[in-house]
Amino acid sequence: MSTTPEPVPSRLDPEPVPRRDFLGIASLCSTAAALLFAGIGMLRLPKAAVLSSPSKRFRVTLPESLAEGEAYIPPGRSIALFRDEEGVFAISLVCTHLGCIVSSIPDGFECACHGSRFDPDGGVMKGPAPTALPWHRVTKSEDEFIVDEEEIVPMGTRVSL
Amino acid sequence: MSESPRKNSALRDFGANLIKSPQRILRSAMRSGSPTTDRTRSEFVFGNVFLHIHPVRTHRWSLRWATTWGLGTASAAAFLIALVTGVLLMFYYKPYPEVAYDSIKDIHFVVPTGRFIRNIHRWSANVMVVAVLLHMVRAFYTGAYRSPREFNWLIGLGLLIVTLGLSFTGYLLPWDQLAYWAITIGANIAQSPREVTDAVGITEVFDPGGLQRQLLLGSDIVGEEALIRFYLLHVMILPLMLVILMAVHFWRIRKDGGLTRPDDVDDRLGPPPPDTYPVFTEAPAKTYHLAAIVRGRTSAVGQGPENTVPSMPHLFYAELGVLMVTVFICVALAIVSDAPLKELANPAVPENPAKAPWYFLGLQEMVSFSAFMGGVGIPTIVVIGLGLIPFLDRERQGTGESFGGPGGKKLVLESAVIGLALVIGLEAFAIRFGWLREWYPEIPQWVITAVNPGTILASLYALYSLWLIRRYNSARAGAMGLFTCFLCGFVVLTIIGSYFRGPNWDFYWSPAEWPLH
Repeated sequence: MSTTPEPVPSRLDPEPVPRRDFLGIASLCSTAAALLFAGIGMLRLPKAAVLSSPSKRFRVTLPESLAEGEAYIPPGRSIALFRDEEGVFAISLVCTHLGCIVSSIPDGFECACHGSRFDPDGGVMKGPAPTALPWHRVTKSEDEFIVDEEEIVPMGTRVSL
Repeated sequence: MSESPRKNSALRDFGANLIKSPQRILRSAMRSGSPTTDRTRSEFVFGNVFLHIHPVRTHRWSLRWATTWGLGTASAAAFLIALVTGVLLMFYYKPYPEVAYDSIKDIHFVVPTGRFIRNIHRWSANVMVVAVLLHMVRAFYTGAYRSPREFNWLIGLGLLIVTLGLSFTGYLLPWDQLAYWAITIGANIAQSPREVTDAVGITEVFDPGGLQRQLLLGSDIVGEEALIRFYLLHVMILPLMLVILMAVHFWRIRKDGGLTRPDDVDDRLGPPPPDTYPVFTEAPAKTYHLAAIVRGRTSAVGQGPENTVPSMPHLFYAELGVLMVTVFICVALAIVSDAPLKELANPAVPENPAKAPWYFLGLQEMVSFSAFMGGVGIPTIVVIGLGLIPFLDRERQGTGESFGGPGGKKLVLESAVIGLALVIGLEAFAIRFGWLREWYPEIPQWVITAVNPGTILASLYALYSLWLIRRYNSARAGAMGLFTCFLCGFVVLTIIGSYFRGPNWDFYWSPAEWPLH
């Protein structure tokens, strides 16, 4: 007749998890979930839904005197229009490396920031630029041209005069 | 008969109390008497909300100049100066394009002391960057990141990043050519993960680079949205983060057992000089109650004095001294050199050369080969590597000593020579012969992203470090070699970016040779 005596619980022993801890755990989890969703919700705010930049489509009239190989840059735009016997085309002047504005030089384009060089068609010749300067869609509308900075067309696409 | 003297005494007391009240107001604020005994010196520290982040007593080792060179305190002091001058500048600064430029011009030419305050602000920011970098170098070479201070090393790393962020966001605010093009480059570096997503062909569906750039600029151009965001980061978000991290950083120094020190520190220090305020003038009534709550080897029973001195005055006067030296440096630099202000920002014509703040010119040099690797990839690897150091080096040898650990000073010197030789050699080669794009114009971009001077340099440094770990059979030796190499790389690339790069990022032996145009 040997019964092991019930061990007397010590004040220092860890308590078993009582059922009422469920409420504590539930409140902890709901707080964490609320914080998570509120955080995601707040992060949506800084991502602008409407961009403040000017319209990407614009009309342009080419000057009569524009020679072949000479760039016409509409004021306030970072795009160059050219005219040759095959037609009119537009090349972006935003360097594909880090967004500086390239300048048009006789044998192509060069970037002041990190020395990228491009040929007259915008292809990379030298420097850190990863890709060629994109060509943009040009459409003719009576005696004006409409340039769409959002639409990229394959290199060599021209609109005939 | 008994009524009148009481009335008289109340009036008398009123007069006496009125005379004594200034002194009593001061005493009620101070809570303890003048700090002349162990007890009041201690109360001076823990009775004050601002001071009690300090320990009551400071180890003599921590007070040696050569332990810290005061660099941590100097960083905090520079931040304090930048904070005060920055708030003053906010009286006149208006964060709107063109108006911003005019308001900086007003501050420079019209506002009383405006130019001086702006100069101090600019110089204190630079002093802070230098002090924070040197502070990290000091902490690394004394092994101060080791257990139990690993977490504080991580906090310090966070402080370094926030410090650089503060400087960079401040760079845009004048809205001049320098600012505009540095931010254009910076925002496009944030977008440079596209270099990788483009190569894989998933940019259409997964574009973290574009998202980062848009979050930073609030638009797809650097304009009014970008300026207000940078302003918000500069005056609110980043300073708040910095203050919170600083509070944790300081508090952890105390909780982690003060500054790191060698095991045989008592022998190294020797007996205190005779004019030092004596240790424990009054026999403490109880010494055991703190031992119950402080972790680590703190119980000094039977070991004699712990070689500490009261923080008041020893530590506080040293800190005040460092603060005054920092103020002196910032003010002196502000007197001799004006903060630059170029022409109004012109989105059509880049500044040539367009240079970031000096501490980013090393990155800009690497970026001139690959935007992603130089601007995002390698910095991320460096930060992760720095953060992992305390968890990979679990050794004890040399803790608290300058260049302590296997190899010591000799190893650091050797690594410096190798680090310098590799970075100078690679840069000289790339400057003289160009890089892959010049040789094979049709090469796919991912090859250049993977193979460029930045990645080659980082890989060579890493290989050398692995070899050091084998040679010395010690992770600390590898860490010291790698840290030294990266330090040399950073310094050399920064110098090349600052002095040897001119218009179109071409190489020139001196700015005097830059073509005029």
